[in-house]
Amino acid sequence: MKKTLKSQIHSYPEQYELHQQDVIRGPITRRKFFKRMGLGIASFIVVSDVVSAEIMDHLDPSLAEDTIASWIHIDESGKITVFTGKVEVGQNIRTSLAQVVAEELFVEVGDIHLIMGDTDLTPYDRGTYGSLTTPQMAPILRQAAASVRELLKETAAKEWSVDTGGLQMEKGIVFHPSNGKRLSYAQLSQGKKLFQQVNTQVAVVPVSSWKIAGTSVPKVNGRSFVTGNHKYVSDMVLSGMLYGKILRSPANGAKLKTLDASRAEAMEGVTVVRDGDFVGVTAPDSPTANMAMAMIEATWDRTPQPSRNELFDYLRKTARNQPEPKPEVTNALNQASFKLDQTFSIDYIAHVPLEPRVGVAEWKGEKLTVWTGTQRPFGVREELQKEFGIPKENIRVIMPDTGSGYGGKHTGEAGIEAAKLAKAVGRPVKVSWTREEEFKWAYVRPAGVIDVRSGMDSSGNVTAWELYNYNSGNAAIQATYTIAAKHDQFLPSDTPLKQGSYRALASTANIFAIESQFNDLASKNGADPLAFRLKHLQDERLSNALKACAEKFGWDKPREKGHGFGIACGAAKGGNVATCAEVSVHPETGAVKVLRLVTSFECGAIINPRHLEGQVIGCVLQGLGGALFEAVDFKDGEVLNASISGYRVPRFADIPVIEVVLLDRKDLPPAGAGEAPIVAVAPAIRNAIFEVTGKKINRLPMLPSGSIIV
Amino acid sequence: MKINVNGKEMTVDVTANPSLLEAIREQLFLTGTKYGCGEGACGACKVLVNGSAVPSCITPAVSVQGKKVTTIEGLETDGELHPVQQAFLEVDAFQCGYCASGMIINAVALLDKNSSPTKQEIEDAMNGNICRCCTYPKLVEAIYQAGNQLA
Repeated sequence: MKKTLKSQIHSYPEQYELHQQDVIRGPITRRKFFKRMGLGIASFIVVSDVVSAEIMDHLDPSLAEDTIASWIHIDESGKITVFTGKVEVGQNIRTSLAQVVAEELFVEVGDIHLIMGDTDLTPYDRGTYGSLTTPQMAPILRQAAASVRELLKETAAKEWSVDTGGLQMEKGIVFHPSNGKRLSYAQLSQGKKLFQQVNTQVAVVPVSSWKIAGTSVPKVNGRSFVTGNHKYVSDMVLSGMLYGKILRSPANGAKLKTLDASRAEAMEGVTVVRDGDFVGVTAPDSPTANMAMAMIEATWDRTPQPSRNELFDYLRKTARNQPEPKPEVTNALNQASFKLDQTFSIDYIAHVPLEPRVGVAEWKGEKLTVWTGTQRPFGVREELQKEFGIPKENIRVIMPDTGSGYGGKHTGEAGIEAAKLAKAVGRPVKVSWTREEEFKWAYVRPAGVIDVRSGMDSSGNVTAWELYNYNSGNAAIQATYTIAAKHDQFLPSDTPLKQGSYRALASTANIFAIESQFNDLASKNGADPLAFRLKHLQDERLSNALKACAEKFGWDKPREKGHGFGIACGAAKGGNVATCAEVSVHPETGAVKVLRLVTSFECGAIINPRHLEGQVIGCVLQGLGGALFEAVDFKDGEVLNASISGYRVPRFADIPVIEVVLLDRKDLPPAGAGEAPIVAVAPAIRNAIFEVTGKKINRLPMLPSGSIIV
Repeated sequence: MKINVNGKEMTVDVTANPSLLEAIREQLFLTGTKYGCGEGACGACKVLVNGSAVPSCITPAVSVQGKKVTTIEGLETDGELHPVQQAFLEVDAFQCGYCASGMIINAVALLDKNSSPTKQEIEDAMNGNICRCCTYPKLVEAIYQAGNQLA
């Protein structure tokens, strides 16, 4: 039975982003703010780095929407606190948001304290995904901070009976340059809440004048990460907390048939909790919880499930729509003097965040607090609301800076499980997923099959283009090239594995197909792949990225024997990226080595060059895994390679020489950077292998064995 | 049972046969050492045992009796960062930072034996440590820098 889109999103929160293409660029809704201040804040021994109790005394439950105080507060000591529903998962957004606020307020980054992703303290936020934090949150915070700045100036001007025009600010002080008067922000604000609305017309500091933003400010709280002091949710301990484990079925869709938990129940300190097919244990420590879980005997009814060896046929077979060709494209294809028809297949891959899912839950009466590493704390609150049928005002979700996500942590499974156990046993409970659980019970990046048909005229102009994507998604499905007759269509299918968001979503799959196909057309035309692309490209930003990359790489240089160069480009999430790759292919063994990757990236004005470079490198190297060897293997509803030793991710030894060219467009608003730079790696490598061997590898991953057949 | 962690004799309860990782995290509250894979394949849980970096997730707590265990929390001296920590901080490599403790511990063990490793030697020695954010080039840079400091 087919589900409606709406019910599907409701049932599968991890797919939220897959279906949000049209709405995610809309404005952020803010909610009435700070309804229940101070609840439980001081009762946890490890959250002091997340929120300081004294802030709580100065905030008021009656704050209206859109007030400055929703976003920024200056307390009596002058400490500046910024509130955002966005979360830190390693994209170093805590640093770059602090930079833009510091810039507006003429203070140092260290003076800014960000509270992020706490459903009680921060404005509502849909989630940290889609590279939207920089384009959406940074402007809001810049405006809020600039509004504060103007208020401070107005207050001082009134105090001194002068115009605001002549006042200056530095290091948390407003001063009058000629009469010598000075007042600190603390003196001016006196810790008062700023009920004024954010002035959306306020002048923000222009990018060309940036002194703090635009520079490589080091990671906020960087020291706590090199000393092991930073507290991830997995490190949290609450008073009286128990450790929970959940009984997992052997395969997707299996139903519990029989259960014998008597041996576990007999263990000291162990409680077995059962609610239908949900079975969990709690114990005073992890080894005992693990032992208790191992003592439980369960049998299951399994249902037949598709396996990996039939994946791509299955995705075609179960497509919910059929391709709907456009007559003008079909005509153009028929008239073309050269046609190319190729199919690309894309395996499922796993996010493998180094910190697996962890949830800590505590009930106080009817009120529930959950700490979990999620990219959607407000989404998890909705999941909890649905699970327990309690008003959302009674639920607080807190997300301390977490051990990465890459789109893989939109959901709150471990938090919900911890809350169920905690409710049953009347004590706080922590549920930490194992690596195996993370592989088997999280969700994966969609697999896909992509058909591309193109036509070219005798002068080497691509005249017709048709692309059908089965299952992997819509993102970047439109080829950026100028082609007279163009058609693309996304055809959702049934998915054998639970699938959801991933860094750059389907952009990687679609751009792999587009850039491979385009490269092959160039080759057929005898054209240089770079010149052929530029000829079909009108987008100035993407053209500039391509040229910058080729120049840095030395595209025109002669190739060594057995070496090949490849190039690819793409635009995604407001970023423009190009990658050049150099590979060598062993003439006898076919062993492929990726020797060098150069990537250029342009996402508007740069807020933090070093962290931006880090994001680009991270994307490129993470993309290398999906390009070369990452794939989730599964059979009959069971993931077969559910371990780090069974699922290969990039390591030190896999890293080629890597160079990054950052293009700073101070005239353009900054876009996000955590996703787009991943998209061109795979096709650049594929095209480099093609250049040296003539072989077209139209599958991701391309080289699970490390070599091609020669 | 008593074990020596960061220069102090500590008592841990080994009744449930905890791994060294479970014992130091849950009983000694030294949570800087992380769980990553449970099979000694990712490096997040590495600690120094008599100066060698070992994965604590597959090391039984009982096996370190009489040995010296150093965790990430034990690297600082009098509030001063270890040169390796200092170098990682200065290079500003980390993104999510979850791999940081294991990376630093492993780099300390490497540089202790060889303070000027080649790129190849770094790759070989560090290959058991995964950074899923893939900050590898910056990590290599930090290790070079720390090596120079220590040499």
